[in-house]
Amino acid sequence: MVGKIRHLPGLFLLALLFYAFTQDPSSIKETVEITFKNPKGFPKPTYPLKENKTTAQGFLLGRKLFYDPILSKDNLVSCASCHKQNFAFADAGNELSTGISGKRGIRNAPSLQNLIWKKAFMADGGITHLDLQPIAPLTNPVEMGEVLKNVISKLQHDPVYPSLFFRAFNDSIITSEYLLKSLTQFLCAVISVDSPYDRFISGREQFTSEELDGLKIFRTHCANCHKEPLFTDYSYRNIGLQPDSILQDAGRAGITGLQEDNNKFMVPSLRNVEVTAPYMHDGRFNKLEEVINHYANGNFATANIDSSIVRNVGFSEKEKKALIVFLKTLTDQAFLHDTRFSNPGISTNRN
Amino acid sequence: MLKYYISNIHLKRKDGKEYISKEYFLVDEDEINSKTLSLSKVPDGEYTAISFIVGIDSLHNCKGIQKGALDPVKGMFWAWNTGYIFLKMEGKSPQSITSGKSLEYHIGGFQQPHNCIRTVTLPFSIPLKVGGEKENKIILKSDLSKLFSGHTTIDFSKLSTVTNIFGATTIADNYATMFSLVEAK
Repeated sequence: MVGKIRHLPGLFLLALLFYAFTQDPSSIKETVEITFKNPKGFPKPTYPLKENKTTAQGFLLGRKLFYDPILSKDNLVSCASCHKQNFAFADAGNELSTGISGKRGIRNAPSLQNLIWKKAFMADGGITHLDLQPIAPLTNPVEMGEVLKNVISKLQHDPVYPSLFFRAFNDSIITSEYLLKSLTQFLCAVISVDSPYDRFISGREQFTSEELDGLKIFRTHCANCHKEPLFTDYSYRNIGLQPDSILQDAGRAGITGLQEDNNKFMVPSLRNVEVTAPYMHDGRFNKLEEVINHYANGNFATANIDSSIVRNVGFSEKEKKALIVFLKTLTDQAFLHDTRFSNPGISTNRN
Repeated sequence: MLKYYISNIHLKRKDGKEYISKEYFLVDEDEINSKTLSLSKVPDGEYTAISFIVGIDSLHNCKGIQKGALDPVKGMFWAWNTGYIFLKMEGKSPQSITSGKSLEYHIGGFQQPHNCIRTVTLPFSIPLKVGGEKENKIILKSDLSKLFSGHTTIDFSKLSTVTNIFGATTIADNYATMFSLVEAK
C-alpha cells in the first residue's frame, strides 16, 4: 500500500506564511538543489537544456503550477490529479483519467519521468517539444478544459504568482513562455535513474539469481523495443492488441494519417513499471502478469502487427515470474518519495 | 472568424536580389490593425514582385515555445499535434451537417503529404520604386469566397469541418488562390 507521503520542510512553510503577509518576493528564502549530470550509459538529452536553464526559482514555480488546480477551467483539476508522484506520476490505478466535470479521456495517463530524453510526447507522438506538451492537457476539453489566455489571466490576478514569476524570470508580466518553461524546469528534473537495476549496472548492488534470470529473459525477448537504459526506443509499434471499438483510438495514424500506422503507439518506458498499473495505452491490463500473458499467449489482432512480435514465445511459469521479479528492480523508491517532487502544500480545491 | 498567418515575405528586386522579412504576421479579420503588415529597412531599389507563404515554415512549427505572433496564447497552435494552425475560419451555414450548423476550418500541417504551407507570388505590373523618404504601400486583397472555391469547390454539406490533417490540403490549395494585388505604390 502506497500512502501519500508529504515532507514539507519547515523552512518552506514558514517562508510561504511570511510571504503571504508581506507580499515581498525578496523575503522568500526557499531553496532547492537541482543538479543534473547525464548518467553513464545514457544518451544525450533531447531537450535543449541550455535554452531553458533550470533555476531553483523556476523549478519551484513549475512544481507549484504542476500541483495547482488553478490551471484548469473549474479550478479543480491539476496536472497532479492524474500524475501522482508515488505512482511514478501515473494515475494510481485508473484505466482512463477523469478531467473537469467528471469527463473521461481515451488514454491511460502515462508516467512522467526521464522526459529530457524523450523525443516526442503522447502515446501517438503528436507533440514534439517538452515545452509545448502541457498545452495539450491544459486545453483538452476532457482534461483541464482551459484556454491558455485564461490560465495566464488567472495567474496574473493571483496574489502570489506574479511575484513568483518575477523571481523566476525577472518579469512579473506572466506569459505563456514563462508558464511553460517553468513547468518544463520542474518536469526536466523528474528523473528516475537510481533503481536497483541502475545500482546493479553500476556495480553497486548484486542481483539475486532470479533477478539475473529475469534480466536474461528480458534482454532476449523485450529489450529490442524496451531498450536499456531508458527501457524504450521511443518507436511506434502495434503489439497486436484488439482495437477498442468504443475508444476508437487509431494511435500514431491519428497524427500521420497513414494506414500503416493504425493502432501503433509509442513504446512506453518500463522504469517504475511496478507502480504504473494499469498497463497499455488504454489501461486494459491491471497486472504485469496480464501484460506478459498477452505476449506469451499469442492471441494477437493481426492487422499491422509489429514484425518483432514473436508468436508462441512460450514462457514457462518460472520464466514469467523471473521476468516480473526483474521488472520490479526498475522501481526507484528514492524517486517515488523524493520530497523535491512532492506537493508543496497546495490544496487540491481552489474553489 | 477568420485568422491566418503570413510569413516569409520576399520582395523581389529587378537586379535579382531579394529582400526577405523574418517577421511572422497573424492577420485577424476582427482586428483592423493586424491587417497592416509593416516591413522595415527595405533596401532601395526597384521591386518587381512580392511572395509570401500562407502559414508557418516547418522550422518555426517545431521550435518550441515562441513569442509575438507565434505565441500559442493566440489560439493558433494545435495542442495535440505540434504545429500551428495556419488559417482558422469559423462560421455558420444552413448546409452544415454539424449539430450547431457550424463551419470550422482549422488548417495546418507542414509534413508531406499533408503539407498546407502555400506560397503566393504576386508580380507588380509596374516596378515598385523604394528609396528616399517616401513610404511605400503594397495593397493586397484577400477574397474569402476563394477559400471555398479557388481550386476545389467545397460543399458545406459534405465538408463542414476540417480540424486535422484530413481534408486540410484541399482548403490549403484554395487559400493559395485567395490573394491578389490591388496596387503597389
